[in-house]
Amino acid sequence: MNIPFLGKKIKWYMQDLNETELKKGFFRPYQKFCTNESRRSNMIVENLNVTIQHNHILKDVSTEIPDRKITCIIGPSGCGKSTLLKSLNRLLDNNEDVKISGKVLVDGEELYAPGVEITHIRRKMGLLSQRPCPLPMSIYDNIAYGCRIHGLRNRKKLNMVVRHYLQAVGLWEEVKDRLHSPAGRMSIGQQQRLCLARGLAVEPQFILADEATSALDPISSKTIEDLFLKLKEEYAIVLVTHTLRQALRIADYVIFMYMGEIVEAGPAEQIFKNPQKELTQKYLSGVFS
Amino acid sequence: MNSEQAGQIIRFTSKFRLMKDKMAGSVMLTFTMVSVLLVVLIGIGLLIKSMPILHEKSLWELLCTSKWKPMRGDFGFLPFVMGTLWVTAIAVLWTLPVALFTAIFLTENSKAWVKKVVFPALDILAGLPSVVYGVWGILVIVPWISDTLAPHFVEYSTGYSTLAAGIVLGIMVLPLLISLFVELFSSVPREYREASLSLGATRWQTTKYVLLKKTFPGIIASVTLAISRAMGETIAVLMVCGNIVQLPSSLFDGCYPLPALIANNYGEMLSLPLYESALMLAALILFCVVFVFNIMSRLILRKLEQKLV
Repeated sequence: MNIPFLGKKIKWYMQDLNETELKKGFFRPYQKFCTNESRRSNMIVENLNVTIQHNHILKDVSTEIPDRKITCIIGPSGCGKSTLLKSLNRLLDNNEDVKISGKVLVDGEELYAPGVEITHIRRKMGLLSQRPCPLPMSIYDNIAYGCRIHGLRNRKKLNMVVRHYLQAVGLWEEVKDRLHSPAGRMSIGQQQRLCLARGLAVEPQFILADEATSALDPISSKTIEDLFLKLKEEYAIVLVTHTLRQALRIADYVIFMYMGEIVEAGPAEQIFKNPQKELTQKYLSGVFS
Repeated sequence: MNSEQAGQIIRFTSKFRLMKDKMAGSVMLTFTMVSVLLVVLIGIGLLIKSMPILHEKSLWELLCTSKWKPMRGDFGFLPFVMGTLWVTAIAVLWTLPVALFTAIFLTENSKAWVKKVVFPALDILAGLPSVVYGVWGILVIVPWISDTLAPHFVEYSTGYSTLAAGIVLGIMVLPLLISLFVELFSSVPREYREASLSLGATRWQTTKYVLLKKTFPGIIASVTLAISRAMGETIAVLMVCGNIVQLPSSLFDGCYPLPALIANNYGEMLSLPLYESALMLAALILFCVVFVFNIMSRLILRKLEQKLV
């Protein structure tokens, strides 16, 4: 697939910013990433414990998400994969009865420290949910939404951003004639790509995907997988997946979880060819799933 | 038991099952038809009963004159129609933002224990008989208007006014509207909020741009339902509205909504020619207003849904 422009992101946030915009702080956190070379994103999870309604879901999880790699989190259902993913951008906050202890460090900033301004950290992470979830507005507005809420109003720049990211996910040719029709009318595979583009439009460093292909047909999932493989040149991708084959195809780095604990983590080749723990061997050979 | 017998039994039971299925279907259909038929019958009944006055005078004349002298045979319904519209408008206008923000707070921002306190309170508010609201209106709202509020705007007001009726009616509609809105907002899947939040939106931005947009057709539908209910509300309104036949020129004037007209006068002075028929026409007008209102909101809803989905 031909993906134009990828690798040279449009730095809309850098173009003719004036003093007042800078003072608002919308753009400040992103200045250090204005050149690709200097950008080194990292995410470290330290002793993360999550309890939801007295169920201890994550137990002392410590790991590190490598930059510009695809990290697959695998494990049987109910082992806390999705919870781990959601705790990486504090989406668990909205639920009742959640207790979280431990640290998640994103570029050195602690996510769960009191008084952290969460919106700009969340902006560093694009979320792709299991079912595509286009916002109730037009295709154009879906992409522009993220930029608008962060204060970008300039019509020209918005047009540029929308076009760029629709091209990046290969949707531009398909939807360019109906940018202002509701996003809900697209096919489900297109919707998922739209959601990806929407996430990319706020210039994140991480992409968190929660079984992003499980609701899609094989061809659409293939498209998304190909996109991930391209996108990893620019982003750190964390993918929760149920299908081992998918992990085999695209993972660079694998985290195997069981019962809320990380059993084994390491480079994909090492985990798949030469797993150290018995549990991992059993899971990979299909004894349980 | 051989296999043939077993087969017979199975055939028999399955026949029985199918029969039951059909019966259940037809019973349900009948009951549904009854409720539809009721609407039609009430409409026709009102129309027949109000025929005498419609023969005497044109509908236009009845609706657009404001002289109400049953003794002399003058029946102008304009003050009553305007009274109904005014009271309902005031009620909905002040309740809508209150209910909207309350519901947003309850579904989006509040802790579990807040909901545990607020919902029972709302249920009590919804369950109180309307006479109680009327008495409360007379005891609290009416004196407050005549003593505190009205002197700032007009020379003199008894307090029994359009405004008082609107306020009391609003309080009665409030719990209904809040519970409809809460239901509506909770029906929005969590994914929508997560999608918006994960882009770095604040909670308020998420509410404003995603939640309200997603539920906008539903909000219209809820408001319509509330307005239909408010238009027909009788007792509490007639206790505080003043019951004066006039076109209300300010909020502090008394008014006389349609339901109050019917409730106050039906059964009295029916010996007057055309009087009963006039009251029936009042009921018919009310019926038609609610009917037209519902149809219109349906049409608007359909347009909106086409635009959004």
